Amino acid sequence: MSQTRIGQEIPAGELMTPGHLACPGCAAPLAMRLVLKALGPNTIVVMPASCFTIIAGPWPQSSLQVPLYHTAFATGPAVASGVRAALDIRGKPDTTVLVWVGDGGTFDIGLQSLSGAAERNENILYCCYDNEAYMNTGIQRSSATPWGAWTTTTPAQHPEASNKKDILGILAAHRIPYAATATVAYPVDLLAKATHARNLRGTRFLHILSPCPPGWKCGDDETIELARMAVQNCVFPLFEVEDGERWRFTVDHAHDAVEPYLRRQGRFRHLSEEQVAHIQAEVDARWASLKRRVAASTSEGAVPPSLAIA
Amino acid sequence: MKKVMIGNHAVAWGARLARVEVISAYPITPQTQVVEKLSEMCADGTLPARFIKVESEHSAMAACIGASAAGVRTFTATSSHGLAYMHEMLHWAAGGRHPIVMVDVNRALGPGWNIWTDQNDSLSQRDTGWVQLYCETSQEVLDTTVQAFKLAEVLDLPVMVMLDGFYLSHTAEPVDVPDQEMVDRFLPPRVARFKLDVDDPHAFGALVRPDTYMEMRWLQQEALREVPRVFENVEADWMRMFGRSYGAVESYRAEDAELLLVTSGTVTSTARFVVDQRRAAGEAIGLVKVKMFRPFPTALLRKALAGVERVAVLDRNISPGHSGIFAEELRAALYDAPADERPDVYGYVLGLGGRDITPAVIDDVIERTRQSTKSEREDLWVGVNP
Repeated sequence: MSQTRIGQEIPAGELMTPGHLACPGCAAPLAMRLVLKALGPNTIVVMPASCFTIIAGPWPQSSLQVPLYHTAFATGPAVASGVRAALDIRGKPDTTVLVWVGDGGTFDIGLQSLSGAAERNENILYCCYDNEAYMNTGIQRSSATPWGAWTTTTPAQHPEASNKKDILGILAAHRIPYAATATVAYPVDLLAKATHARNLRGTRFLHILSPCPPGWKCGDDETIELARMAVQNCVFPLFEVEDGERWRFTVDHAHDAVEPYLRRQGRFRHLSEEQVAHIQAEVDARWASLKRRVAASTSEGAVPPSLAIA
Repeated sequence: MKKVMIGNHAVAWGARLARVEVISAYPITPQTQVVEKLSEMCADGTLPARFIKVESEHSAMAACIGASAAGVRTFTATSSHGLAYMHEMLHWAAGGRHPIVMVDVNRALGPGWNIWTDQNDSLSQRDTGWVQLYCETSQEVLDTTVQAFKLAEVLDLPVMVMLDGFYLSHTAEPVDVPDQEMVDRFLPPRVARFKLDVDDPHAFGALVRPDTYMEMRWLQQEALREVPRVFENVEADWMRMFGRSYGAVESYRAEDAELLLVTSGTVTSTARFVVDQRRAAGEAIGLVKVKMFRPFPTALLRKALAGVERVAVLDRNISPGHSGIFAEELRAALYDAPADERPDVYGYVLGLGGRDITPAVIDDVIERTRQSTKSEREDLWVGVNP
C-alpha cells in the first residue's frame, strides 16, 4: 500500500495528548494515537499493567481523552467484558470497549482471560502492542521474545531459547470475527484495520509490533525503520484473518534477508552466523506456512478492508 | 410469599430482588446452585441481567469490577479456592471503591481436597477491604444479600456475604420472599457517583505516588468505619418494611450470664439450642452471635460482653501458627477495655473441613471453659484425634 496518502488518510482529531511519559522513540503511543483516531471519542479503554500504565500518566493526569480504567495484569479482557455488559444493559451498545495491553499481558499472564473473552466472542476490540519482552520492568523475556534475543533474563551467553508464540494463530483458532497484524511503520494499514475492527461486532484482535529502543538496543530514531524491515523481511508480516477462515496479506512483502534487521539491534549483537541462519530458516518456514494459508483463502474473493472502507 | 428453598436459592432470590444488572461467576462446589438458579432466572427473563460466564474466578471478579466501574449493580458468588483465586482482584475491587456484592459459600481449602464447610476461605480475605457479613439462616441470607447492596452503594465499598457450605447452602428451609415493589422502594436503581462515561472522561486506578496513596487508603478506612452506623440504618429500614432484623452483633439470652458463647454462621443455631437447655436447667449461659466481621464491631462486642466472666469463642477456622480468628480478633478488641469489662477469652478451634459441631461438642466447650483456671493455650482444639 502506498504511504503517500498519509496526509489525507489519517484523521486530524487527536485523542492522545502530548506530554505522555513514553521513552523517546517508543512505538506504543504512536500506535495508540492512530487507533484512537480510528475509534473516536465514543470509546472506553481498559488497560492492564504494561508500559502504557506509565505512558498514560500518573494520577491526576491522563494522556488519553477518553475514559480509561487501569487494571491488574491478567484481567484486561475480563474487565472489558464487564464494561461491555454494563454498557449494553444501560443501552449503550455503540460505545467501543478497547483493551490496550502489551505482549506480557497478552501472550503470558493474560492469555487465559483473553481466550475466555474470545471464546465468548465478547464485543470488544483487543490491541496488543508487542515490544517482545517485559520492557516496563526492565527487559525480561516473555513468550513474545524471539529466539536468540538477549534480555536481562536471557543473557547473551544463554539467549532466548524458544520461538515466539504464534498469538495470532491462537486467536484465529477461536474463529473471532477479525484478527490482524499491524505496525506503526504502516500507519494507513494500521488505521484501516482499526477502522474496520471498529465497525465489526464481536471480539476483534489487533497485534501491533511496537519497537522499543531501550529493549531492542537500537537508536530512538530507528523505530519506524525497524518496524518496516520486520514487515519486509517477513519477521512480522502484515495480514488479517476473518472468522478464522479468510487469511490475506494487506501489504506486499519483499521477503528481504533477516540479517540486516538483526544486526541493527543490540539485543541480537551476540548472534553467530549460524544462529542468524537458523533465524532465517525459521522465518522462511513461517512465511511459507502463512503464504499457504493465504493462498488457500484467496478463492474466497474477499476484498481487503482498506478498500472496503473507502 | 413463603417458599421452601435451600440457602443457595435464597442467595439467587436476593440477587434477583436487588435487580442486579451484571452477574459474572464461575461454578464451584458448594456454590453451584447459586449460578444455576441465576442462569435460569436470566434465561427465563425473570431477572433481566447480563450473566458473563467467565473462565475463572479471577476473571469473574475482574468482570464485576469492569461492570461496577461502568456504573451498574453487580453480583457474583463463589467458594473456597474460587475466592482464594480472586484474591488479587478483591483488593482491586475494594481499593477502587466498587460496591460489588459477593456471596461466599464457606468451604475449606485443600489439600486434601475438602468440599465441606469452614471459614478459612473468607477469613483469609479479611485484609482485602471487603465488608464481611456471616449468616445463620436462609432467611438471613436472602435479606442480607439485598441489604448488602444498599450498604455497599451508600459507602462505595464491596460487601461479602457468607453462608456455611451444605449446612445452609444445601438445606431447605421456609423463606419469606419479600414483595418486589417493596424491595424496589428499599433499594432504588444504582446511581454511581463515579463511572466510566464517554461524556465525562476520567482515568481510574492510575499510578499514585507515595504522596497520594496513603490518602486513598485513609478514605477507604474512613468509609469502613462508617459501616456499623450505616448498617444499623439499613437494618432499621428493613425492619420497618419487612419486620426482620439481625444486628451486626446479636445477644441471645445473655442477661446476667456468667459464660457467653461467641459464634458465627450456622453453629449459632446449635448453640441457641444448647443455651435454651442450659437456661432451662437454671444455668446463666447465653450467646453472642457475630454477624459482622469486617469492619470488626469492637464497640458492639465490648458492650455485649461487658461484665461477663468467661467467653468461649467457637472458631470454625484457624490462623495457622496462632489461634482461631474470631478469638484472636476479640482478644485484641478487649485488650484495652476496662478490667471489669474484659472477660477471659477461651478460643476453641472446631468443625474444620465440615466436621459436625453437635450440641454435645458445645456442651464439652462449656464444661472445659468452666473448669479451666486460665486458658493455657490460645487455640483449644475440640474433637481432634492426634
